Amino acid sequence: MIEARRVTKSFGKLRVLDELSLTIRPGRITGLVGPNAAGKTTLAKIILGLIKPDSGTVEIDGNLIGADDSYRSRIGYMPQLARFPENLSARELFAMLADLRSPSRLLDDDLLQAFNFGGALDKPIRALSGGTRQKVNAVIAFMFQPDLLILDEPTAGLDPVSSGVLKAKVLREKAAGKTFLLTSHIMSELDELADDVAFINDGRVAFVGALTELKRITRQSNLERAIAEMMKRGAAA
Amino acid sequence: MKTIAKVAGYEIRDVLRSRWLIGYALFFLLITDALFRFGGGGEKALLSLVNVVLFLIPLVAIVFSTVYLYAAREFIELLLAQPIRRTQVFSGLYLGLSLPLALSFVAAIGLPFLIHRGAATSQPGTFAALLLTGIALTFIFTALAFLIVARTEDRIRGLGIAVAVWLFLAVLYDGLVLLVVSIMADHPIERPILVLMLANPMDLARVALLLQFDVAALLGYTGAVLQKFFGRSVGIAATSLAIVVWIIAPLFAGMRAFQKKDF
Repeated sequence: MIEARRVTKSFGKLRVLDELSLTIRPGRITGLVGPNAAGKTTLAKIILGLIKPDSGTVEIDGNLIGADDSYRSRIGYMPQLARFPENLSARELFAMLADLRSPSRLLDDDLLQAFNFGGALDKPIRALSGGTRQKVNAVIAFMFQPDLLILDEPTAGLDPVSSGVLKAKVLREKAAGKTFLLTSHIMSELDELADDVAFINDGRVAFVGALTELKRITRQSNLERAIAEMMKRGAAA
Repeated sequence: MKTIAKVAGYEIRDVLRSRWLIGYALFFLLITDALFRFGGGGEKALLSLVNVVLFLIPLVAIVFSTVYLYAAREFIELLLAQPIRRTQVFSGLYLGLSLPLALSFVAAIGLPFLIHRGAATSQPGTFAALLLTGIALTFIFTALAFLIVARTEDRIRGLGIAVAVWLFLAVLYDGLVLLVVSIMADHPIERPILVLMLANPMDLARVALLLQFDVAALLGYTGAVLQKFFGRSVGIAATSLAIVVWIIAPLFAGMRAFQKKDF
C-alpha cells in the first residue's frame, strides 16, 4: 500500500503538487488521471525517489521513502520516455540491470518472449524504433517480479498487438496480487484496466475511489465522460 | 563499493565506445609521437607536450564530461530508479567517466614514450610528473563538470558554463594576475600572488610541472614566486596538496547538489 500525505512540490514558481494526499490500495490497478501537467508523472517520480518533495511524506507498506533505497528493489518502473544508454544493446541492458539489482526472485521473461523482438535485442538501442524501445522499457519494468509497478503511459507508441500483450500481462500480474499505478491519456485503456481511479487536478486529488463509484456519482457510463464531467464540475465549483 | 564498481564498469564500457574518446586518444598519440620524432631532445619534446597537456586536458575533460552527462540523463534516471543509493550512482558515474579519460591520455602519451625511449630516458621523473599532472587535471575538470551538470538544468547553459570556466581559468585568469601584478608593482605582493596561483588548478598544474624542469624562464611570475618561497620539494608538496583539494572540493559540492536534484 502507498500512502502519500500532504505532498507538496514546486518547480520554481509553479506548484505542481499542493498538499496532495492519496492512498493506493494493494493488489489493485489505480489509474492516475488528470489534465496535462497535473502532476501525475511528478507524483510517480516522488514515489520512486527521483524527485524530492518540498514537504509531505510517502510511505510504502509503512516504510517512509527517502530513508534508504532498498525499497526500490520491489518497484518496477516504466518511464514515459523510454531512453537508455544508446550504445548498449537491449540484451546488454537487461544483463546490466540484473547485475546491478542482484535480484532474489527469478527473472520474468514473459514479455521478452511475447513481444517479437527478433534480432532487435542485439542491435544498439540507438538503432531501435520508438515502439521497440517502449517494449524494452516494458520488459524491464516486469523483469524483476516487483510487487509494485509504476507505468507511465505504458502503451504510448506500441502497435495494437504489443499493446494487447502488455495489457494482458498487466491483468495477469494483478491477478497474482501485484499493485499497479498507471497513468494514461487513453481513457478507454484505463476503463479496461483500472480498478480505482485517482483524479488529480491542480496538484490535488479531486477524486479517488473505485472506477464504478466514479461512474456512479457522475452518472456516466465510461471513464472519459466521467472525467470530463468531473472537470466541468471542478470548473463550476 | 561493489555497486559503485559495477556502475563505473558499465559506464566505462559505454564511454569507450564513444568516437570522441578515441579521437582524443589518437590526437594525443599523434602529437606525442610527432614531438618525440621531430622535437629534438627528450626535454624539448616534453616541454612542448606540457603546454598541450595543460590546455587541452582541462578543455576535453570538462566539455566531454558535460556533454556526456547531459546525454546520459536517461541512463542516470534508469540507475536512480534501481535500488541503488544516489551517492553510489554519483561515485560510479564519476569514476566511470574520469578513469577512461585519464587512461586514454596515459595510453596515448605513454605509448610513444615507450617507443621512443631512447629520446626520453633522461627524463623519466619529468615524464612521470607529466602523467600524474594530466591525470590530476582530468580528475579536477571532470569533477567541475559534475558540479556544473548537477546544478544546471539546461544543457546549453551548462555547456556554456563549462566552456566559460575553462576559458576563464586557461586564458583570462593569467591576464588578471598580470594586471594585478602591474598595478601593484610597487608593493610586496608575493603572498597574494601565491594565493591567486593556488586558486587556479591550471596554474597549479603548470607550476607543479615546470618545477620539474628547472627552466626558470618558463616558470612565469607565479612559478618564480613559488620556487623562491618554497624551494623545489616543498613547492611540489604544496602544489600536490592544493591539487587534491581541487579534486575533492568540486566533487563534494557536486555530490551534494546531485543528492538534492530532481530527475
